[in-house]
Amino acid sequence: MTEKKTPQMDELENGKWPSFVTEIKKAAVKNPAAEELLQLLEKSYEDKIGHWKHGGIVGVRGYGGGVIGRYTDVPEEFPHLAEFHTMRLSAPSAWFYNTKTLRRICDIWEKHGSGLTNFHGSTGDIIMLGMNTEHIQPAFDDFSEAGIDLGGSGSCLRSPSCCVGPARCQNACYDTLEACYNITNEYQDELHRPMWPYKFKFKFSGCANDCTASIARSDCSVIGTWRDSIIIDQEAVKQYAAEGMNIQERVCDKCPTRALKFNHDTKELAVIAEDCSRCMHCINVMPKAVKPGKEKGATILLGGKSTIVQSAFMSWVIVPFMKMENEDDYAEFKDMMARIWEWWDENGKTRERIGETVYRLGMGRFLREVGLPPVPQMVFRPRANPYVFWQKDEIIE
Amino acid sequence: MAKLDQGPINYKDMLPPIIAENYGQWQYHEIPRPGLLKHVAESGAELYSVRVGSPRLVSLDFVREICDIADTFCDGYLRFTSRNNVEFLVSDPTKVEPLIAELEAKGFPVGGTGAALGNIVHTQGWVHCHTPATDASGVVKAVMDDLFEYFGSMKLPSKLRVGLACCLNMCGAAHCSDLAIVGVHRTVPRINHEKIRKGTEIPSLVASCPTGAIRPDPKNKSVIVHEEKCMYCGNCYTMAPGMEIMDAKNDGCAILVGGKVSNARTNPSFSRMVIPFLPNNPPRWPEVTAAVRNIVETWIVNGRKGERLGEWIERIGWEKFFTLTGIPFSDKLIDDYIFSRETFRTSATFKY
Ligand code: HEM
Ligand code: SF4
Ligand code: SF4
Ligand code: SF4
Ligand code: SF4
Repeated sequence: MTEKKTPQMDELENGKWPSFVTEIKKAAVKNPAAEELLQLLEKSYEDKIGHWKHGGIVGVRGYGGGVIGRYTDVPEEFPHLAEFHTMRLSAPSAWFYNTKTLRRICDIWEKHGSGLTNFHGSTGDIIMLGMNTEHIQPAFDDFSEAGIDLGGSGSCLRSPSCCVGPARCQNACYDTLEACYNITNEYQDELHRPMWPYKFKFKFSGCANDCTASIARSDCSVIGTWRDSIIIDQEAVKQYAAEGMNIQERVCDKCPTRALKFNHDTKELAVIAEDCSRCMHCINVMPKAVKPGKEKGATILLGGKSTIVQSAFMSWVIVPFMKMENEDDYAEFKDMMARIWEWWDENGKTRERIGETVYRLGMGRFLREVGLPPVPQMVFRPRANPYVFWQKDEIIE
Repeated sequence: MAKLDQGPINYKDMLPPIIAENYGQWQYHEIPRPGLLKHVAESGAELYSVRVGSPRLVSLDFVREICDIADTFCDGYLRFTSRNNVEFLVSDPTKVEPLIAELEAKGFPVGGTGAALGNIVHTQGWVHCHTPATDASGVVKAVMDDLFEYFGSMKLPSKLRVGLACCLNMCGAAHCSDLAIVGVHRTVPRINHEKIRKGTEIPSLVASCPTGAIRPDPKNKSVIVHEEKCMYCGNCYTMAPGMEIMDAKNDGCAILVGGKVSNARTNPSFSRMVIPFLPNNPPRWPEVTAAVRNIVETWIVNGRKGERLGEWIERIGWEKFFTLTGIPFSDKLIDDYIFSRETFRTSATFKY
């Protein structure tokens, strides 16, 4: 193959941040498609437009999704990119790996694909970047043999993801890894066979710090919380004070509900438990001294999505507190999801995320029809207008 | 025959022994130096996590290289974060310094903890997507090179989460980042009637437009776009390849700031547009990197300790933000999409 010049790509190898161009070049040593990808990208940098077309339907036997078709619009110039599909692989909870598994993934991808990958995609799958159509089934067979399944694509449940949770975080109010694993396994059919109005994402965060950005990025956010009071270790508070932390300024003054009082004489911290809104601030600043309460569970929120189509939504509270400890708790969660999905399936328009469906038809109707009790935790403040949909049974005949 | 529906890789097989032993028993953590987390469990066990940035789009050589490092220092275990960093998990404290030395020698940037710039969450861009208005990896590389010192240190007022989405689909959740770079189109889709006739379901295409700009054109077996209604979102292009929206001369980047997802102190919030358009000037996007640096540096000078970018702006007021940064305010920054009303000021309590 003739050496083609890629001056703009080469420029992106300079600088201290690790370069994706260097990565593509490493793959290009072994793989002609990766080499052409670099040249195609150089062309995009010259033309200032992308050179990828819409995906056609590509897939593996038995599944409806998991592979995203990708074709370049200049196949004559870049024959190895005429087909350059993506395969999504379902990653382990919280993205822990042993190197044996990672090496196995590498070997399979070296055999079937471009040698390029994303660890990870925005949704949380391992993204195998670039393969031609005839390799799809054999690649899947090899991954499957290695115990690695496809993720979701299309109008289906997308691969759920979770924060590091109890595996390495003292803040976790429920086991995000197990909940994510258990619930993902329950919904393999929904994940692999697209049959909904549009995509649906779950994300599991162990506390209100929300390290998976679930409130912004998932149709259903499961965020760990507690119902009783934060737990304060006064000895540890004194230690922070002795080490010179300005507790009044850094902790009390920034508490959004002014629930914390620091006694400058005794160096003790007190909380007005019923005023605390469980925002996590004090816990973040003094992790040795303040902990979440004992009665732990999760807040369930619905409807998060980004801009397309009806603008960006953040998830809304639909259940302020749900236990998330054992199989029975998961069963309650799954029972609720069944009702929610059935409602969405019935009422959602094509390419309408559930938040948009709820917004279009009204939160009141949604709650009534899926059987969720309305509670003040669902609103910042009640409505300001008197335009109420009264139900038949509420009207005197 | 391949096994179907076997589900995700079981996380239980992937946990390093120290984590399996102290699962759910972590007491607290510290950040002994930038890029290093020390977690202490009730049992007294200490776990060190060394965090390094990755370009996200990586080769198998990269994956094998981090596997080699994990085999040498971490008994063959590692993890990735939700922001595409790699974390090496070390249970033997004597291995921490040698590991960091090895990583630095190999060019892996150590950092991204505490009051630092995290790795930029981003999308595929010109590398592999069909609707981008800008590249993703290239812009991110340019910005991270420019702000490199803030990744490996903790001298920002608070953590800084940057997101980049190369089109309004926003695969990367740029809409709730402290600072977001978003690829935007500025011209209406050009209709390729031939392609529309060939395989587009017209009612779905019409329904896909959030502003009702698309009307069916039965005579032509195609559609018409009402130019004055179109806001260049590109949703129709995702539905129909015949609605070509990429435009080399008019595509570029917008900058939004002040979003966050954490509930700490203040509620989660959306990022707000402060620069409606900057041109695509590859390979280094100088206008974008300069704009980002200006905002970040103004925050460093004026923000208080522990104050996220958006919390700082809400405290001083957006009007003051424009004064301090010197960013010009224009009608483009006043919302005229749905839900705009709640962003208009209805009080007389503003600043100059
Ligand atoms: C013949 C019919 C009506 C007359 C003569 C009338 C007259 C007025 C007057 C004189 C005011 C006070 C304006 C001011 O604050 O300077 C007012 C305010 C108002 N009217 Fe009417 N009105 C009529 C019908 C309506 C109707 C049908 C509605 C609503 C459906 C309505 C809604 C209001 C509202 C919301 C205000 C403002 C109150 C406020 O700002 O606090 N009016 N009207
Ligand atoms: S969301 Fe909370 S529990 Fe999960 S990793 Fe972040 S801080 Fe820890
Ligand atoms: S968790 Fe938040 S609201 Fe509750 S006491 Fe701490 S800082 Fe205040
Ligand atoms: S943000 Fe848009 S262009 Fe970028 S990867 Fe997602 S859909 Fe593609
Ligand atoms: S770009 Fe968006 S607003 Fe414009 S016609 Fe297409 S769908 Fe409608």
